[in-house]
Amino acid sequence: MHIMFFTERAYHGNPEVLEDEILKRRSFFGVPNKFFDAEKGAQLLNEYIDEKVYCDELGFDGVMLNEHHGTPFCMGAVMDVEASVLARVTKRVKIVLLGNPTPVVSNPLRLAEELAMIDMLSGGRLVPGFIRGAGSEQLFNNANPAYNREYFDEAHDFIIQAWTRPGPFRFEGKHFHYRFVNPWVLPLQKPHPPIWIPGLISPETVVWTANHKYPYVALATMLKPTLELWNMYAKIAADQGYQAGPENFGYLQPVFCHETDEKAEEFGKAFLFGGGFSHFARPEWMFPPGYNSKEATRRLASQFANPNLPGRSTIDHDPENDDEVRELKQRLYNSYADWQKQGQIVTGSPKTLVKKLRYIFEVLRPGIFSFWLDGPVPLKDRRTCVKLLGEEVVPALREIAKEMGLTSPFEVKPGSRPLPPSGKYEPVGNAELLEASA
Amino acid sequence: MTDQLNRIEEKLRVGETELVVIKGGSGRPLLVFHGELGDPGWLSWHSALAAERTLWIPQHPGFGRSPQVDWIMDMRDLASFYARFVREQNLAPVDVIGFSLGGWLAAEMAVQNSAQFARMILVGPTGLRPPQGEIMDMFTVTARTYLNRNVLNPNTNPEFKKLFGGEQTPAQFEAWEDARAQTARLAWKPYMFNQAMPHLLENVVGLPTLLIWGREDPVVPLSAGELYHAKIVGSRLVVLDNCGHMPEVEKVEEFVREVRNFLK
Repeated sequence: MHIMFFTERAYHGNPEVLEDEILKRRSFFGVPNKFFDAEKGAQLLNEYIDEKVYCDELGFDGVMLNEHHGTPFCMGAVMDVEASVLARVTKRVKIVLLGNPTPVVSNPLRLAEELAMIDMLSGGRLVPGFIRGAGSEQLFNNANPAYNREYFDEAHDFIIQAWTRPGPFRFEGKHFHYRFVNPWVLPLQKPHPPIWIPGLISPETVVWTANHKYPYVALATMLKPTLELWNMYAKIAADQGYQAGPENFGYLQPVFCHETDEKAEEFGKAFLFGGGFSHFARPEWMFPPGYNSKEATRRLASQFANPNLPGRSTIDHDPENDDEVRELKQRLYNSYADWQKQGQIVTGSPKTLVKKLRYIFEVLRPGIFSFWLDGPVPLKDRRTCVKLLGEEVVPALREIAKEMGLTSPFEVKPGSRPLPPSGKYEPVGNAELLEASA
Repeated sequence: MTDQLNRIEEKLRVGETELVVIKGGSGRPLLVFHGELGDPGWLSWHSALAAERTLWIPQHPGFGRSPQVDWIMDMRDLASFYARFVREQNLAPVDVIGFSLGGWLAAEMAVQNSAQFARMILVGPTGLRPPQGEIMDMFTVTARTYLNRNVLNPNTNPEFKKLFGGEQTPAQFEAWEDARAQTARLAWKPYMFNQAMPHLLENVVGLPTLLIWGREDPVVPLSAGELYHAKIVGSRLVVLDNCGHMPEVEKVEEFVREVRNFLK
């Protein structure tokens, strides 16, 4: 198993004021940047880098980065900048980028060069991933959402070519056009670095990822739909002639670890800051025109709900005054028990946490696992969490993974596992266990 | 199939492409170009004009029941597509009326070849960058919110309520999402205008043109109407008071009177 660490690099300057601003809009995206203090931001960004260096020292296998734009939810607006720093200051961890939003970046040649440089600087430790970018980011970067999927597909194909096809060559796509492709910076890893694809619950992405034999990393989605999608992946994999195994799947899990269960539970609550992921952006910004396929739009139309988000807003209108903001906040934090019960936030002392995560491993059987740590928590308690994860939880999880045969993509090449002699694929994970515990 | 209002829905072809066209009324054809949220359906003004004209209301590719056409990526492509439609249907020179994005479409066609049209009516057309103000961004709000902001009195205007009031059905949601997606393909950036348009419009000569604008139009500021008027020689600009972006819904009587007089 490949075990890594992730945080959104959230901005938490003046958290009381900021949280009210988020709740007023029920959206992190759209909070005016007058609430951003660059001095505080600079301090936090550096702390987040230090934290990853610490993970490297503690023996995590990887550190994971992502990218968001125009939001206090995540200050990593250009993840390749952070990845470049980490490439130089860390020694052994894989630098896992999940992922670069190709439609939003809109210059895949530049991206191919950036990633190649990061791979070289890190001595071949880069794991690049690609994403479509959140809906709000299409607005922020003025990237036409109606062509989002086409941009994504074409940019991916172009980047692979830029890395592997001898130049100079000309590229004439539908959306990207280059007259002289001949990058002189190429990845150290050959033929190119391993690519992983993160996702929420878009089936189209799952199908695409399985067809490309890339590992699919589920971003903190509920266990049941996650398993359903992974089995969809396994079916596509079988059509492609291979058996999907743990090496094809990753899972990101919000966790908080502390010396005692009580302390861990107390600090884990900070995940709900501002409403967490369920308030990432307002629905009209999450689903800009044409961003979803016809099928996904039809699903939306039938349920008028947001299928991509694990959480939901706790009230159905924007708070109109301070009392309503307070009420919304109270309801939000009152829902903490539900979040924990559904396994959407997992907390505990190292011993408790290992027990809880063992169950998740048994159900999902992932070959890649990432801790997700977030929320405005004092630095020393964050450090305690990372230390305990690295020193106690990671070694225990490694043993469990070994015992369960949870192979990482570095142990078994994704797509190399043959189908059973019957030709019928074996289902992924352990749905019976999930049913039984429900 | 003909309905009780004597309308029929036809599937016509433009080259290899299918185009759904609603036809209703009697008399000489009047080509009707719908706006960015698709064909809203049959309104009072349609009925009024259908007495003397046959309305041809195509659903633009990617809107309503007309399939999306992959190569149509901007308004010039769409205008060229309709130029072929007008030629193949032997419509030229035809009278045309276009609303909002549909007005921009008619203007693009006139710029390419004004002989396609006998008379042109543009109702609050997008297509020009307003010298003052900006075109309201439909893509940062829901379709419903955008519509409500199109008119000055969404809650009291009976025709608007009849059209867009009440609960939103899944079919309605899907149709609006299709329309929004196709509009994004056509007009995402720059949003809803063609930078060359002020220069191109100077070549529209000898085409009788009527511009109808709501004085308080919150979507396309009146300054754009004044620029259209200045650039299209001989055009007439009618500005309706206490009116937003949908004169055909907000000021039905004045709207029908102006259109009728112009088309006589």
